[in-house]
Amino acid sequence: MTTIPQGAGAVRDQSEAATETTADAADPKLPPPVVWADERLGVAKGFGLFKKVFPDHWSFLLGEIAMYSLIICLITGTFLTFWFVPSMGHVIYDGSFVPLKGVGMSEAYASTLNISFDIKGGLLIRQLHHWAALLFIVGIALHVARVFFTGAFRKPREINWVIGTVLSLLACIEGFAGYSLPDDLLSGTGIRAMNGFMSSAPVIGTYLTFFVFGGQFPGELIIPRLYIAHVLLLPAILVGLFAVHIFLVFWHKHTQYPGPGRTNNNVVGFPLLPVYTAKAGGFFFIVFGVTALIAAVVTINPVWAYGPYDPGQVTAGSQPDFYMWFSDGALRLLPGWMEFSIFGVTFSPQIFLGSLVLLPLVWIILGAYPFVEQWITGDKREHHLLDRPRNAPVRTAVGAAAISMYLVLAVATINDIIAIKLHLSINDITVALRVLFFILPVIVFMVVKRLCLSLQRADRELVLHGTESGRIMRTPEGRFYEVHEELNEFDRWHLVQHEAQRPLSLTAGPDTDEYGVERPVGPLESMRRKLSEFYFKDRIEPVTPSELAAAHHHGEAEALPGGQARAIKESVERADETAGLRSDDRT
Amino acid sequence: MSEDQIAVHDPHAKPATYVEPEAADRFENPGLPPHRPRRADVDDDAAKRAERQVTTLFGLSILGTLGFIVAYFLVDPELRASVLVIGYVNLYHVILGLTLAMSLLGIGLGAVHWAKTIMPDTEVVEERHLQASDEEARNEAAGVLSQGYRSAQLHRRPMLLLTAGGALGLFALPLALQVAGGLGPLPGDALEHTVWRKGMRLMIDPSGTPITPEMVSQGSVIHVLPEGFVGESSHGEDGPSALEIMEAKANSSVLLVRLNPEQIKSQKQRDWGVDGIVAYSKICTHVGCPVALYERQTHHLLCPCHQSTFDMTDDCKVIFGPAKRPLPQLPITVEDGYLVAVDDFAEPIGPSYWERG
Ligand code: FES
Repeated sequence: MTTIPQGAGAVRDQSEAATETTADAADPKLPPPVVWADERLGVAKGFGLFKKVFPDHWSFLLGEIAMYSLIICLITGTFLTFWFVPSMGHVIYDGSFVPLKGVGMSEAYASTLNISFDIKGGLLIRQLHHWAALLFIVGIALHVARVFFTGAFRKPREINWVIGTVLSLLACIEGFAGYSLPDDLLSGTGIRAMNGFMSSAPVIGTYLTFFVFGGQFPGELIIPRLYIAHVLLLPAILVGLFAVHIFLVFWHKHTQYPGPGRTNNNVVGFPLLPVYTAKAGGFFFIVFGVTALIAAVVTINPVWAYGPYDPGQVTAGSQPDFYMWFSDGALRLLPGWMEFSIFGVTFSPQIFLGSLVLLPLVWIILGAYPFVEQWITGDKREHHLLDRPRNAPVRTAVGAAAISMYLVLAVATINDIIAIKLHLSINDITVALRVLFFILPVIVFMVVKRLCLSLQRADRELVLHGTESGRIMRTPEGRFYEVHEELNEFDRWHLVQHEAQRPLSLTAGPDTDEYGVERPVGPLESMRRKLSEFYFKDRIEPVTPSELAAAHHHGEAEALPGGQARAIKESVERADETAGLRSDDRT
Repeated sequence: MSEDQIAVHDPHAKPATYVEPEAADRFENPGLPPHRPRRADVDDDAAKRAERQVTTLFGLSILGTLGFIVAYFLVDPELRASVLVIGYVNLYHVILGLTLAMSLLGIGLGAVHWAKTIMPDTEVVEERHLQASDEEARNEAAGVLSQGYRSAQLHRRPMLLLTAGGALGLFALPLALQVAGGLGPLPGDALEHTVWRKGMRLMIDPSGTPITPEMVSQGSVIHVLPEGFVGESSHGEDGPSALEIMEAKANSSVLLVRLNPEQIKSQKQRDWGVDGIVAYSKICTHVGCPVALYERQTHHLLCPCHQSTFDMTDDCKVIFGPAKRPLPQLPITVEDGYLVAVDDFAEPIGPSYWERG
C-alpha cells in the first residue's frame, strides 16, 4: 500500500513553504474597499458564505444552464426593447429588406425587421435572445428530470420543487408571449389558435377572449398586452421566484450523490471560493459563448421569410416552438366528435382539454408528486442523499412513462411533416398516435421498471462476485476458472449504500390482527396500501455483509459478525484464495 | 443541535413503526477515499503548462473582444457570402457572433480549466443539520406568537380579527374590478356576424377585382374578401380602417370553388351557390386557422394547423380531424354579371364557443 499525500494543498505547501513565505499569507489583511464596506454594512461577517461547500456532478450543471440562459435572456431582451415597437399600428415598410418594401404591416413586425436588418448587430442580439430562450426551457426540462429521477424533491425540498414547477410553467408562457410579439404570419397564427382555445372555455370563453384581446380578434391590443406581460409582468415573477429558488438551495445545502464519505448529515464538495466561483462563473461564460456561437451560425425564426400576419393566410406545416408542441399535438389528436351541444350551449372538450386543461394539469401533477410519493411511502425523514434512478424502479418507470406520453403528443405536432416525408396517410398517423398515447406509457413503464430491477441485480452480482479479472487459473484437479476480483470498499459502497423501500404491508404491520381478522381500514388508507404495493412490491435488496460473506466462503468458511466491515475488509484481501472456490462452483 | 438528534436522522435509521429485523446487517460507510494528486500538483512542468493554457484562453478572449469591436466598425454590414456548412449568410452577422463567442468562451474555458488543474481539488466536508428547529426554539417562537396575539387583545376581542380579515380579504376587489372591467367590451352578438351583407360583391384577395361566374374554373380555388375591404376600394378616405380590414379578414374570408353540380350532395348547398359555384367560410371551425389547402381530386379542404379535413361536396362536413362543425356556407347569387352575397352567413363562423348553441 503506497501512501498518498492528502490533498494537493499539502503537496504544494511542502514545496512552496521553503521558497515563498510571504507575510501576506501568514497574516492576511482585508483590502481597504472591503474595510470601507464593512464599517457601513458589516460585510465581513458574511464572508463565511464563501466557504460554503457545493458537491460536484455534471447533472447539477443542468439547472445552471437554465439559470444562465435566463440571465442571457434578460440582457439581450433589454437590448431588444430599445428598438422594438410593441404596436399593431399599420405602417408601410420602407427598410432595407427589399422583398417586403412597400408592404403594409404592423409596427411590431416592421420594427422586428428593422432590428434584423438595419441595427448593426441587431440580428445577433435577436438570435441570441431566441436561442437562449430555447436553451432556458431545455435546461429547465432537463433539470426537472434530474431532480425527479434522483428523488431530490423529497423532504425538505418539496417547497422548492413546487417553486420550480411554477417557474417551468412561467418559462413556457413567457416563451410563447415572446414568440408572438414580432406579429409575423407564423406567430400570428399561434395567437389566432390561442384565441380559439380561450373561446372554447365553458361559460366564460367569449368573455375571456374579448377581455384579453380587447374586443374581436385580432384587434389592436394583443401585441402591446403580450409585450408588457413578456417584458415586465412575467420576468418580475420569474426573477422573484428564481431568487427564492436559489436561496433555498443555499438554505438547504445542495443534495449530493451517495458515495464513500457522503452521508445524509454532511455535504462533500468544493468551497465557493475559489473553486466554485471559477467553475460556476466560468460555466456562465461557456453557456453564453455557446449560445453566441449558435446564434452566429444557425438562423432561428427568420420572421422576414414568413411575411406580416394576415388572418386570411397561413403557412403550411406551421408549428409552435418545441415547448408548446405537446399542447399543439394534443389538439391534433383529440377527435372532433367530442364536441356536443346541449341546452343551447356548446362544449368543445376536444379544444379545451388539449389547451386550457392540459397545460395546468401537467404542472399540477408535477407539483403534487412529492406529496403523493411521501404519502405512499410514509417516509417523513429528511433526504439529502440522492437516489440512483435504478434504486427507485417504480418512480423511474413512472417518470419515463410520463415522458413517453409527452413525446407522443410532441410527435403528433409534426404529423403532417412525418406524413409528407414518409409518404404515409396523415389520418393513419393520427390514429396510430391516438392509440400509442395510451399504450406506449404502459409498455415504457414495464420495460423501464424491469430494466431498473435488472440493473440492481447486476449491482448485486458485482458486489457478490466481483469483476472478471481475465486471469484463468487451473485447480489441482484440472478444472479451469477465471479469477474474480473483489470490489474495494469504496467502489462497493456505491452499490450497497441504499435502502430498498418496502411496502407498507411489511413496514406498518399486516392488515390482519393476531387472530387473522382483518383490521378495518378506510378507503383512503386501503388505496394507500395498494399504491405502496404497486411501488415497492418488486424490489431488490442491497447486498448485506453476511450475504457477501456467504458468497465469499461458499457458506462453509467462518461466519462474519453482521455489520463488521473490518472483518469483511480482511476477507477482501484474501479474495484471491477464495475466488477459485466461488467461480468454480458457478461453472 | 445535540448529537443524538442528528443520529436519529441517520440515513439508515427508520421511523418508529419501521421494523427491520436485520437492520444491523448493513455495510458501513468507508469514509472518503484517499485523495490522489493531479499531475500539476506534483509535477512543476505540468503546473506551468496548465498555467500557460489558462492564460492563453484568457488571451484569446481579449482577442475576441477586440475582434468584435474592429469588425463592428470595419466590416460592411451588407457583406454576404457563402460559408462552408452554413450556407449563404450575412457575413457581418456571422463575424460579430463568432468574435463574441470567442470572447465569452475564452473566459469560460479559462476559468474552468484553472479550477480543474490549478485550484485545490481536495474535497471539503461540511456538516448538515436538521431543518427543523429544536424544541427550545419552537417554544420560544410559540411564546412570541402568543405574546403578540394577547397584547393585541385578540383573545378577548375576536371581532377585531374577523373584521380585519374581512377588510383585508376584500380590499383588492375594486382594483380587480377596474382592471377586469376595463380590459375589453362585452362580446354581445359580435361573434354572430361578419361584414357580409346582401348584395355585397365577392372580390378576389388580394387584387380586389369582382368575380364573374366564368372566372371560376373547375378545380381551382379563389380566395375572396367582401367588397370594400380589399384592393383599391379599401384605401379611400372613408374606407375601412386598418383594424376593420384585419377584422374582416379574420371573420369574412371566403373560399370560392366550382363543383360539378352532380357531385353536390345537398340541395341547400346547390341552392346557395350558382351553377355549382359555392362559397364557404375560410375560417376553420376548430380554432380558427385559415383552411387553405384544397385537393382538386377529392374536393377536400385541409386545415394546415391541425389537419381537420372538410368535404366540399358534402356541405363542407368534417371527415377527419379535431374540428366538429362544417364550414358555414355563404349564400351567393349573380347580380349585374358579378357574384354577390345573398346575405351574411346563416351561423357564426370560426371556432366553437359556449353561447353558440
Ligand atoms: S384550426 Fe383548423 S384544424 Fe385546428
